[in-house]
Amino acid sequence: MELLSQIFDLLRTPAFAASVLRITTPILFAALGGIMARRCGILNLALEGSMLTAALFAVVASAFTKKAVLGGVSAAVADPALVTKATNAGMLAGFIVGTLAGVAMAMFLAYMAVGLKADAYLAGLAINTMATGGTVFILYLAAGEKGISSSLDSGSMPFIDIPVIKDIPVIGEIFSGQNMMTYFSWICVAVVYFILFKTATGLRIRAVGENPHAAESVGVNVKKVQYIALAFSGLFCGFAGISLSMSYVQFFSRGMSSGKGFIGMSAMNLGNASPVATAVAALLFGFFDAMANVMQTLSVPVQFVQAIPYAATLLGLVVFAIQSDNKVKKLKAKQDK
Amino acid sequence: MTSKQIERRFNVLKTAVAILLSLGFALLVITFVSNEPVKAITAFIVGPFQKASRMSNIVEVMTPLLFTGTAICIMYQANQFSMIGEGAFLIGANLCTWVSITLQSMAGLPLLLICFVVAIMAGVASAMVPAILKVKFRANEVVSSIMMNYVLLKLSDYFFYYHFRDVPSGQQASYPIPTQIKLPKLIPGLRLHAGVLIGLAVCVVAYLFIYKTKWGYQVRMTGANINFAKYSGISVLGVALSTQLIGGAIAGLGGAVEILGRYDRFIWFGTQPGFGFDGVLVGVLAKNNPLLVPVAALFLAYMRTGADVMNRVSDVPIEFVDVVQGLIILFVAAEMFMAKYKHKLIVNNAKKQLEAKEAAN
Repeated sequence: MELLSQIFDLLRTPAFAASVLRITTPILFAALGGIMARRCGILNLALEGSMLTAALFAVVASAFTKKAVLGGVSAAVADPALVTKATNAGMLAGFIVGTLAGVAMAMFLAYMAVGLKADAYLAGLAINTMATGGTVFILYLAAGEKGISSSLDSGSMPFIDIPVIKDIPVIGEIFSGQNMMTYFSWICVAVVYFILFKTATGLRIRAVGENPHAAESVGVNVKKVQYIALAFSGLFCGFAGISLSMSYVQFFSRGMSSGKGFIGMSAMNLGNASPVATAVAALLFGFFDAMANVMQTLSVPVQFVQAIPYAATLLGLVVFAIQSDNKVKKLKAKQDK
Repeated sequence: MTSKQIERRFNVLKTAVAILLSLGFALLVITFVSNEPVKAITAFIVGPFQKASRMSNIVEVMTPLLFTGTAICIMYQANQFSMIGEGAFLIGANLCTWVSITLQSMAGLPLLLICFVVAIMAGVASAMVPAILKVKFRANEVVSSIMMNYVLLKLSDYFFYYHFRDVPSGQQASYPIPTQIKLPKLIPGLRLHAGVLIGLAVCVVAYLFIYKTKWGYQVRMTGANINFAKYSGISVLGVALSTQLIGGAIAGLGGAVEILGRYDRFIWFGTQPGFGFDGVLVGVLAKNNPLLVPVAALFLAYMRTGADVMNRVSDVPIEFVDVVQGLIILFVAAEMFMAKYKHKLIVNNAKKQLEAKEAAN
């Protein structure tokens, strides 16, 4: 009992709620990337590797741009105006290059799975393997280290104080002062919803995902649509990577995605690829992840909390199956009447 | 030539081209990256053969891949793309360690057998989850097995941290595994252990089961054409279930063999050790034939050892092997890669057969 109240005390603080939002960000982006791929009929197992690669390239681009703008002068002694300029340039470069890296990874998957007709699962796993080793390799070339990019002076996306909200006691602590990527991720939920359900491209993506042959028979270019959908998927992986390495921490470390891509995929599965339900699932998983973090201070096995997202997905798969079975039964019963 | 022969010839050629292209890419990268490319490349290619200890190391690295590779072969033969090999291997090794530490007062052989049985059961139990989800609830086994792998990783971490970590020793490792059940060394002075023999036996038995038994025929038929199998009365659900469980069992046993053969203490925690994923490459290269698994595993082990040698004597980090490994999978898996050449082979063959027919008339 005492333990429960201890846990409850930890979870009640505004700082904890804020950390949930923070931790959810990369998961949510990855989940959105998963939605775009799944909706066009491809399960993107390369989310994990794509966001890892994006995280690395964002850091490298940001650091090198910053260095180039400073022109060899140490940031400590340089003219403040120049430092600001260099920081901004680094931020922009990191954002652009990170995003492009995410898209490039997804295009690689698309070329393999759609263009060369490789098994999409195998291709996704292969790309993850390549990303795991490749990022360490490139990190070594860029920073001379294999573990962490601490020798690279990279930047972060801006932290934003929301004018009125920041002065409200508890709510301000939770919702204000987060990184730009966090707010952006929730905007992207709406964007994904808009793309999928309000645009012609979205309609085509969904049509291809439901039944590629039917879509083809009415003149949809299936391959092109899958390329487009995967490009979006890669875009969100890029954002996921940036929110790993250029927001709350400003470095890259090996394997820093640590399964977040797969948690994102779980959220997408649990939300059945619907943007809103997926976002809720991502938030839930973010909550468990954050909870596992704070529980490390208590004498409770955190492993069980850490396993919750994955176990929940397994459970979710069962619930979906039972639900859809019931639906079929109901339809059949209707037909028999 | 029959179309089957063409298919076989083409597959061998395609795999060879895939490997050569990927290795070529590797050499290109080394040349660009390294300050002393010749030294690095020599270390990579010749290095593994330069010392007896390194050659023994190749076989050691190969051993776990025999298990996870065979597991993948059996599951892929039936089109069950379960990735459970990773988690089953880990939990098998974990529980094997725990049991061996708990029961270390027992004599050697009985304890060894108990350890193996526990590891196999652990593998079966882990594979059960995605298998049942697939058979009962039609859940995609790729997703569910990857999720299960993470659950197993956390479970393994929990057992390790809370039940058999050697806290007083100050190192991040389990209590020492009792020496009486360590697998015997095959050659004095080398680290090579008897696990490789168990692995080879598993490959052969798996081959016999898949290609020489009724069950194996059912498995292959289900993989080739599930509807045909269903309508000829094969229980495709039974095949899906049994292949996944057997895959899990083999991977679990592999975990026990690896830990008892190579390690003094259990040291895998935090991240997945990756043997299951390596098994995918082995299975893909072996074209799902367990008899070819040793060849594929040997190749991967050679490449790993070469990269390890290169990593130590030159300035090229070992991690680039992962990239090469991924590339090989992609090339082999890509259906359209060299498709034009295959088409040409078939057309030329048909032309020849037609000419022969006309000449005979």
